[in-house]
Amino acid sequence: MGIKILTEHINVLGIEKLEVYRKHGGYRSVEKALKTMTPEEVVEEVKTAGLRGRGGAGFPAGMKWSFLAKPEGVPRYLVCNADESEPGTFKDRYFMERTPHSLIEGMITSSYALGANTSYIYIRGELMFILRILEKAIAEAYAAGLLGKNILGSGYDLDLHVHPGGGAYICGEETALLESLEGKRGNPRNKPPFPAVKGLFASPTVVNNVETISSVPWIVNNTGAEYAKIGVGRSTGTKMISASGNINNPGVYEIELGVPVEEFIYSDEYCGGIWKGRELKAVVPGGSSVPILPKELILKTAAGEHRLMSYESLSEGGFVTGSMMGSGAFIVFDEEQCIVRNTWNYARFYHHESCGQCSPCREGTGWMEKVLHRIEHGHGHQQDIDLLVSVAKQIEGNTICPLGDAAAWPVAAAIRHFRDEFEWHIRYPKEATAQGAVYRGQLTTVEV
Amino acid sequence: MAETTNEVKFSDAAMADIQRYVSHYPEGWQKSAILPVLHIAQAEFGGWVSPEVMDKVAELLNITPIEVYEVATFYTMFNLKPVGRHVLEVCRTGPCCLRGADQMIETLKQKLNITEGETTADGMFTLKTVECLASCGTGPMLQVREKYYENLDSEERVDAFLEMMRQSEVETPFHKAIYQHKAQGL
Amino acid sequence: MAKVTIDGVEIEVEDGSTILQAARKIGGHVVPPAMCYYGPLKGSGGKCRVCLVKVTQGSTKDPRPMPKLVASCITQVQDGMVVENSTNENVLTARKGIVEMLLINHPLDCPVCDQAGECNLQDLSFEHGVSATRYEEERRTFNKVDLGPYIQLHMTRCILCYRCVYTADQIAGKRVHGVLGRGDTAEIGTYIENVVDQDFSGNVIDVCPVGALTDKTFRFKNRVWFTKPLDAHRNCPTCSGKVSLWTRGNQVLRVTARKDKYNEVEEFICNTCRFDKKEMSDWTIEGPRHIDRGSVISANHYELPVVNVPIVPNLPKSIRTSLQKN
Repeated sequence: MGIKILTEHINVLGIEKLEVYRKHGGYRSVEKALKTMTPEEVVEEVKTAGLRGRGGAGFPAGMKWSFLAKPEGVPRYLVCNADESEPGTFKDRYFMERTPHSLIEGMITSSYALGANTSYIYIRGELMFILRILEKAIAEAYAAGLLGKNILGSGYDLDLHVHPGGGAYICGEETALLESLEGKRGNPRNKPPFPAVKGLFASPTVVNNVETISSVPWIVNNTGAEYAKIGVGRSTGTKMISASGNINNPGVYEIELGVPVEEFIYSDEYCGGIWKGRELKAVVPGGSSVPILPKELILKTAAGEHRLMSYESLSEGGFVTGSMMGSGAFIVFDEEQCIVRNTWNYARFYHHESCGQCSPCREGTGWMEKVLHRIEHGHGHQQDIDLLVSVAKQIEGNTICPLGDAAAWPVAAAIRHFRDEFEWHIRYPKEATAQGAVYRGQLTTVEV
Repeated sequence: MAETTNEVKFSDAAMADIQRYVSHYPEGWQKSAILPVLHIAQAEFGGWVSPEVMDKVAELLNITPIEVYEVATFYTMFNLKPVGRHVLEVCRTGPCCLRGADQMIETLKQKLNITEGETTADGMFTLKTVECLASCGTGPMLQVREKYYENLDSEERVDAFLEMMRQSEVETPFHKAIYQHKAQGL
Repeated sequence: MAKVTIDGVEIEVEDGSTILQAARKIGGHVVPPAMCYYGPLKGSGGKCRVCLVKVTQGSTKDPRPMPKLVASCITQVQDGMVVENSTNENVLTARKGIVEMLLINHPLDCPVCDQAGECNLQDLSFEHGVSATRYEEERRTFNKVDLGPYIQLHMTRCILCYRCVYTADQIAGKRVHGVLGRGDTAEIGTYIENVVDQDFSGNVIDVCPVGALTDKTFRFKNRVWFTKPLDAHRNCPTCSGKVSLWTRGNQVLRVTARKDKYNEVEEFICNTCRFDKKEMSDWTIEGPRHIDRGSVISANHYELPVVNVPIVPNLPKSIRTSLQKN
């Protein structure tokens, strides 16, 4: 078992209560930061830690913090992105549900570092039951003097609120989230200006994922240098992985970055192998938007080295033979799964979730879904495969926000690695659409 | 209630919760409370938001009705037409499908004799498919109001779930929440 | 001031100008097309993506190229910036792709569309599109809706540029229409049947780049290329009263604001001027309106009689210019 930073006490009975949480060392970082450190020192520790944003992009959190503009007389905001909606991702939900005070502690310490006096947790509306848990925990924290005016006698004030979304994946994009928090449609903003300069309520704002913020207390308590010792290379610390799909033990696992993928899939400590005694077919290692990799390429890189659960190793080989860490949503496919059907399902998701603001994404996501629907249901043509590749290319990089890329990548990657399966669907529609039919040909990587 | 008369009146408890949310945002940004207020309204008025309810929300937040319509139609959690007593929001996204969501949806359709977007004749259930609900490790699953029902991977479990729902009362969660806050002196 | 080079042409512009504004200052082929950006409307732009350009040098201070194509209508220039528009193959390919996207759900009903002849999308597809479509799925359709007595909304043709929404917010006053729904099923609408009838609401027709919002008082009256545009004014208590009349013989078929070559209005006009003043006697005629756009009406032959040049319909512009000079 590796070190647990976030989930060490997650199974302690009653850990959702302030009293129990404090008994297990909770809120120590608030005392330490507010009483013995300057905000700049906290930022420095996070920088030293090399903590990378856990929402999907993996941008260094300390660097993001240091970009925050600090004009005189203008409030600053910290917003926690708890709009966890990337298919395959359920780590934040699990974490907040079990140990809400961990997030609140992280919010207080991080808000202090950034000089924010009002902070928000934007949680997806579907998780209303977790909003209730968080609000209850926040009320406890207020009562204990950990929130509100003059926290623990330090002179620092902080108000913390939870804000529910209304059902829109796009609000996980930070500027769409801010629009939504301002009571508008979740249309991503054009950048610049970046939120660090003009974010929530036209003020400088930092938006961080639940897991990122919740890692800060450990860093403050144990120093950034200690945190940086955990993990491998530029992938420091631990990461919560949401493991789902056709495995024996789906769930959330906090791993030290650098665990071999093969171990993660087959060890009983983690996924426990493929269910029903079946074979592994493919893995989407970082949430539905990252490229799918066939068995050969997820276990080993194209160079033949063992692939590790780290930012660098998962993206080894670029998009030709690699993928991405993303949000750490590890979706496993067994040999009975149809890649075409799954790709259509993902395309339908992005079509459904496109905000419709910019034309390539609005029109392109629907187009891809319709073509994939046709192929899956036995009405495809050979030229459809190239058409999909071309439409994906027309979307990628040309949109306001990354949803366009997120919609294009899974389609392009599925065709890149499973082109023969698509061709089989088109050439033999009757066989392919039969109940329970699955392509069992040689799974090869096809150059595109 | 909105669908019988044109007067839309929130309960005192709901109004208190609305005020609490409005107080979370700085002066001049009261529009921010629109999503929480729409959630309260939907729970308060039979699981959907009528144009009259939206107009009332606009009035409460001092914004124009179109600003509420624009928002309510953007977010998928708001039902814009009357719904059954229990709205089954079933996850249809990839990871759940790997664990049998397609079959669960088929089973539900057969048992309830309706398809997506429809309500049973007795007004008990509305079937709605939704995208990923962050419950991929415990799929197939669905949501009814504020609760998740997970691992519905067999016909027996779906049956048991439906039976349980038929027996259950509709809770108005926002009210419960307010009473809790009051108890804590907020 | 900032010095910026676009397609090899150097120009100096005010700090804070966008690439598109700088390009328009140069004019000609270096100007990227724009379907959603609209100068007079604050906050417009960035959505349609047809104005994407390549920034090959960010600035003198930081000469690194920008990694992605950027929307020229919202990207501010920096001193020493180098931009490629029509000289960059990637830009042209991306633009072609985006035009295709804009067209897949657009009905190809130009023969019966009132906007035909002065449609930005028509011009755009002529210049950047391809002749055949690869789209064989069903197109999105909506029913026609009347937004009150004067404006018709033909949502099927809408490209969701949001210009009419900004117009209602910034020009017309209390907004009753907006963008409803999301993704490719998003639509312009009032949700409940609301009438759009503020003093300046008719301006949504002028800003619409396609035939989604049309003037019901002009509907099917005539094709724009048969009408003769005249500049005219009247003493109006509500607006400037400066308009363009679209006439045939002595009939005023339509009144619009005066627009420049990028289809941007010079001054927004009121509904009384637009919809109620349809007699020549309502107006003081200033002379012919020069239309300098790529569409059919820019052939502009109806201007010729006024300057007393022999009528030669559809004469190429170059010859016409030389004729006029003579």
